[in-house]
Amino acid sequence: MKKIINQAQNVVPEMVQGFVRAHQEKVQQVPETFVLKQKEINKQVALISGGGSGHEPAHAGFIGSGMLQAAVCGQVFTSPTPDQIFEGIKAVDQGQGVVMVVKNYSGDIMNFDMAKDLAEMEEIKVGTVVVDDDIAVEDSTYTQGKRGVAGTVFVHKILGAAARNGASVDELVALGEKVVKNLKTIGVALTGATVPEVGKPGFVLKDDEIEFGVGIHGEPGYKREKIKTSKEMAEELVSKLKVAFQWGKGDKFAILINGLGGTPLMEQYIFYDDAMKLLDAEGVEISFSKVGNYMTSLEMAGLSMTLLKVEDDWVQALNEEVDTVAW
Amino acid sequence: MFTVDNLKKTLQLFKEKIDQNKDYLSELDTPIGDGDHGNNMARGMEAVSESLGSKETETIQDIFKVTAMALISKVGGASGPLYGTAMMEMAKASATTAEALPILEAGLAGIEKRGNSKPGEKTMLDEWAPAIDAIKSDTLTEATLKAAVEATKDIAATKGRASYVGERSIGHIDPGAMSSMYFFQSLMEAGVFDE
Repeated sequence: MKKIINQAQNVVPEMVQGFVRAHQEKVQQVPETFVLKQKEINKQVALISGGGSGHEPAHAGFIGSGMLQAAVCGQVFTSPTPDQIFEGIKAVDQGQGVVMVVKNYSGDIMNFDMAKDLAEMEEIKVGTVVVDDDIAVEDSTYTQGKRGVAGTVFVHKILGAAARNGASVDELVALGEKVVKNLKTIGVALTGATVPEVGKPGFVLKDDEIEFGVGIHGEPGYKREKIKTSKEMAEELVSKLKVAFQWGKGDKFAILINGLGGTPLMEQYIFYDDAMKLLDAEGVEISFSKVGNYMTSLEMAGLSMTLLKVEDDWVQALNEEVDTVAW
Repeated sequence: MFTVDNLKKTLQLFKEKIDQNKDYLSELDTPIGDGDHGNNMARGMEAVSESLGSKETETIQDIFKVTAMALISKVGGASGPLYGTAMMEMAKASATTAEALPILEAGLAGIEKRGNSKPGEKTMLDEWAPAIDAIKSDTLTEATLKAAVEATKDIAATKGRASYVGERSIGHIDPGAMSSMYFFQSLMEAGVFDE
């Protein structure tokens, strides 16, 4: 393991400390927790997300007006505990309630759910949106059903815009469910990722191997193959998304090409270009594009491709200005 | 029925049993889970005893509540919210009764709700449900508790971490059922069921 760390067990507190110090004009730490919150919160329903650490810039990088009001950082690839999430909820509730955006992992679901119970005992209204955009596999390590991955960032953005524009908890939950229904992601990995406290990669791919459908914690994908060109990888991912969406000519989508942590932007743009050519040929319309590292998996090399079938006002929400570290 | 004294005694015994069997619990968790159940529970019960030592607890409700918060903040994984929810629901139920049966039934219902699970799926519920049935029919013995844990060997897991190995989980005792056995043994030894 070659990492720029001190003690493996201190990576989360030390990262949080650095993040808060670097971005103190935008975020602050809720005392005695690994919860980060927006410094000045508008009077609105607050949006909170989080999960295990190791996916930076998710989720703390999306704290700010128009996106998240708080992010809860668990240990690496480990759900945060309910007491931490509960502290986050209390810290951002402005009296209108809180909506939690949770990625579909058994641990996250249970811990956020319990935090919701604790908050409700204190009369705080809490809604939940569960994101399960990964179409690679059903049921895998840590998950019953489909996993929640990079598409979550689009959920943050669209719900964040709606919350800023005055939507209620119930309206946000309904909108969130609608967005998730139209959201699909699939990825390809070139290497595994090493959790600092484990010290060795969660899985190993040979120099000439890639694996399609790997999860953001290194969960197994659906197919291991010899390395291919960017164009061929794009063909694989686009064809899977085509089957999942059953799209027709003229359908409108937003696209996110998300680097998994160890893949240069150069390669992400090459891949984006290849994917766009294929989508053009399919006759679908791309109304919004994002390329970069939004939901990583430590130093895993690879990327994921997210498509969201959009309505016009969702594109507007995606384009709204926000004041965050990473959007 | 529960009293402040026998509940404190229960939790102390539970902590001792978890400590003594920490490695064994993690060993049970290795083939079908992620091998940390013993360490996680030991860390949790350590926090429970620290909290109970430092906080004012005048009622059984207070004790259950403090126990719940300590477990959910320290255990992690799925066991934290599951045990934490059980304790939290028992705290709620103990607002209106001190009878063991309705309180434990509330705990069971909490675990079912949180884990979205029912008995028969190779989880801690497969110790909780038979134990509570035996309390109802006044037939609770050490042997009942042990038999229920042993019976989890024959179940293929359909919930929890062990469900990822499905059929391959057959032949292994469920670690959550085993730690739950220690909890019910502690209740018995502390005299919660003595008339």
